[in-house]
Amino acid sequence: MVDSKQQWKAWVYLLPALILLAVFTVYPIINTVKISLLEGYQPLGAVGGEQYAIGFANFTKVIQYKDFLTCLKNTVLLCVLTVPLSCFLALIVAVCLNSIGRLGKLLQTIYFLPYVTNSIAIGMVFAMMFNIVGLTSVEVQGYTGTFEIYNIYVDSNGVERGYIAQSWGIVNNLIQAFGGDPINWINAFKNINQEGASTYVANITVMVIYIVWNALPFKILILLGGLQGVNKQYYEAAKIDGASRIRTFFRITVPLLSPMIAYVVITGFIGGFKEYSSIVGIFGEDMGPAGDGSLMTIVGYIYKQISSNSYGVASAASLILFGIILAVTLVNLYVSSKNTHY
Amino acid sequence: MEENKNLNVETPNLEEATSKYSALTSANNSLAAALKKDAATYDVKKVERNAKIQKTIVTVIIYAFLFFLAIVVIFPFYWMIISSLKTYDEYILSTPTFWPTQTVYWKNYVDAYSAANLGLLFLNTVYVGLVSTLLSLVITVLSAFAFARLEFKGRDSMFAFMLATMMIPGELFTITNYQTVIVFLDWKNTFTALIVPFLVSVFYIYLLRQNFKQIPNELYLAAKVDGKTDMEYLLKVMIPLALPSLISITILKMMGAWNSYIWPRLVTDDTTHKLITNGLRGASFFVDGDENKINYPAQMAAVVIVSAPLFLVFIFLRKYIMKGVSRSGIKG
Amino acid sequence: MRVKLENLTKIFPNKKDSGEVIAVNDFTFEIPDGKLIGLLGPSGCGKSTTLFMLSGLQKPSGGHIYFGDEDVTNLPPEKRGVGLVFQNYALYPHMTVKQNIMFPLQSQKMAKREMMDRVLEAAKLVQIDELLERKPSELSGGQQQRVAIARALVKSPNVLLLDEPLSNLDARLRLQTREEIRRIQRDTKVTTIFVTHDQEEAMSISDLIVVMKKGVVQQIDEPQKVYDEPVNLFVAKFLGTPPINVFVGKIENGSLYIGEECVSKFNAPDQEVYVAVRPEGFNVDPNGPFSATMKSVEVMGRDSSIVSTHPAAETPIIRSIIASDTNVVPDANGKVHFTLKPYKTFVFNKETEERVISKE
Repeated sequence: MVDSKQQWKAWVYLLPALILLAVFTVYPIINTVKISLLEGYQPLGAVGGEQYAIGFANFTKVIQYKDFLTCLKNTVLLCVLTVPLSCFLALIVAVCLNSIGRLGKLLQTIYFLPYVTNSIAIGMVFAMMFNIVGLTSVEVQGYTGTFEIYNIYVDSNGVERGYIAQSWGIVNNLIQAFGGDPINWINAFKNINQEGASTYVANITVMVIYIVWNALPFKILILLGGLQGVNKQYYEAAKIDGASRIRTFFRITVPLLSPMIAYVVITGFIGGFKEYSSIVGIFGEDMGPAGDGSLMTIVGYIYKQISSNSYGVASAASLILFGIILAVTLVNLYVSSKNTHY
Repeated sequence: MEENKNLNVETPNLEEATSKYSALTSANNSLAAALKKDAATYDVKKVERNAKIQKTIVTVIIYAFLFFLAIVVIFPFYWMIISSLKTYDEYILSTPTFWPTQTVYWKNYVDAYSAANLGLLFLNTVYVGLVSTLLSLVITVLSAFAFARLEFKGRDSMFAFMLATMMIPGELFTITNYQTVIVFLDWKNTFTALIVPFLVSVFYIYLLRQNFKQIPNELYLAAKVDGKTDMEYLLKVMIPLALPSLISITILKMMGAWNSYIWPRLVTDDTTHKLITNGLRGASFFVDGDENKINYPAQMAAVVIVSAPLFLVFIFLRKYIMKGVSRSGIKG
Repeated sequence: MRVKLENLTKIFPNKKDSGEVIAVNDFTFEIPDGKLIGLLGPSGCGKSTTLFMLSGLQKPSGGHIYFGDEDVTNLPPEKRGVGLVFQNYALYPHMTVKQNIMFPLQSQKMAKREMMDRVLEAAKLVQIDELLERKPSELSGGQQQRVAIARALVKSPNVLLLDEPLSNLDARLRLQTREEIRRIQRDTKVTTIFVTHDQEEAMSISDLIVVMKKGVVQQIDEPQKVYDEPVNLFVAKFLGTPPINVFVGKIENGSLYIGEECVSKFNAPDQEVYVAVRPEGFNVDPNGPFSATMKSVEVMGRDSSIVSTHPAAETPIIRSIIASDTNVVPDANGKVHFTLKPYKTFVFNKETEERVISKE
């Protein structure tokens, strides 16, 4: 509309953004690809003019590394468990919220609370709720203390033993209240004998609960926004046709919401593959008990490589992560384009 | 004239038809009345009552489910606050108390504050948050204005390219940026390292550009006719009109600084430049130095101190946060 | 202020096929001081482009614009002293009425007091002085329109430009606002140019009408003259409701034919023509030379409209408006006979579509 001779003016406005983007976004993309192909790359060495062999050694190193497979397993498992669960739960909540009049706003605000938290800080709260303080193994026979003994078992010497603790944590207290044996959920501490160590299943369970709890607000917000945009006439028409609630849900709500559902599933997977700080929040910076119980994820692996100066390996791993995310997103888009009714 | 005649001829027919019709309808009416009477005494009332009962049951189930979930959502916050007010002895009681029964133990907060050096971390974080938000806003507004209102060669392809970079996971940038900041720029343990790499957010530029684009072009032309410069128009018309978006961006950016953990952990390791989340995760709260006995009440006090500003912001600016988030999907 | 356009031309590059679109082609015209000018034409005829070039928001590709004796062709908008009222008013939604009107003054160095006086003066002129503290969203369409005019007038412009000023108002308000614009223009005596696609609007308030088509000026005249003396078929068709009736015909041996019917003497060289007859140009006359098959009569109070068909007509039906007390009796073949009023009948060459005048 406006005749503008002053092209340079636009570039002046853009200059700060462009400089920063060039240094901190464009250059890193190129550089990361470059150093992922250089074996044993060291930045200081590079400045000093050192030469490195070019090849895919970093990539093979990443893939063949046993811990990387553990990371991949952990990441995929968390994704597969949390994304469908949180999406489905969020959908149910959104539909329920949309169907009630009073208190809807208040409840929506409450459900949004987990979003405005610091994932490290709230991770620590979850750790407290699940964690056991002062866990000790004692012989049942002749125990004179005041603590109740749980998880009684017979050890290899045929001695009946059990566990006492100063505090079992609120979650275990609930289990005990229903007559169950407490579970060692987290066990971030290495000085407990192996017999009492937390199991991988318990660790993952805690993570799934935390991630779903943390992921719900965003998904509810998006889905509820979508629902409120749906024309009420569809529901009135369904009512006149005598469709049941369940039928209405699957035949009207889900198809009409399919773009939003696709969106929360895709962002859920992307977020899931980048899971890191929530695990640090609960399990500490070592990301869980060492060895088989480790909850190290791909992103965790990348940071571990950075701090041990293995830039080449870290770059290769981050490119692999990018590849995985891209592939998963494309698959998701493909699936949703077949099932999206718009 | 002719038409009128025709009409006159037809009129008697019409009357006849009308009387026939009314006879028919009256027969129909009595039939309908009979049906209605039947329905009233048997079906309708029953169906109505059943529907009402069914509806009440469904409503009760929905509310029960929603309230249960609300409790699940709130409980960690509740437990965090309650635990932070207990003494260690009360915390480890085998039957947990849902309210501090012994004394409300405020000293936890004092302990937490000094143990994690929260005062300094707090100031560091606020400083980094304010500076980066301010600079980021300026950069975002200028870029969004250029993309939304100015015409220049390569605008659309440049914008598309910037959007494309949003798909790449941040970890991919982190490696090189770490190297750039630490090795080439020698910014280890400086606030600059915490602020500069994250000043440009393509997403915020995108958000604001969309908002700017919604402002009718006529306003820009009107301002031009009235002799306003681009800068005046930006400051006096566009920024006031896009204020809600700018507030959303400000809050999300501040929250981002408050919650950032990974990058600060990489580029800082001295206490004078540490941010609050790192300080919180790094601080140890043990009873008698025993790693098995975490002093959860004190730790929770620290967590409450770190979380409180977020909740205050949420309470007062809920609308902006939820609006911003519903358009983003990116946390922090 | 007198405004002069000299060979004004605007060419837009066509993005699709990298060709060119000529929006305004060689427009020359002098607008006398203090007149109200209507730029009239269908959408895409270049009238808005002309307005934007006058305002300075668009630069002409060729030609010159003079305000008075000064060549303003290359002056930026703010240096020209023009007031522009946009079609959708373009009020700043976050400012009150007062702030909106004051906004243009703030770029000029002016004392607060004087600014306030001028805002009040402008507001009084358009009769919105009681709405100064409201926001635009709290005003009706008509009130917003007045605010926009006040904002354009507050800096005492040399020229006032209005882009489709009435198109966003409902029918009743349109009539009222039309008179209002006329009154304001008379009061301020500012040279005013407005753009419209509504011929009735242009006819009712303009001192002069400029009819445009595809970037080319067709006719510049007083409203009644444009109606009574259209220079070509386009102008004849564009003005008047119901629209003019167009027939294919010819001039042969000093006679004018519609189809094969000779309707009158016509002293011009033999040629193929279009014959255009205004709806009010028909007289019912059983012995008239022109006949059409009658379909129906629509009585509209004072007038009646006879709807009929004719094989040589360009449109499926033709409409003739007569006094409602006229007795219309079709003949045995269902045809009505008319004579045509010569001053309501226009003849255009079939190829050039230019007017052909009978030499008496």
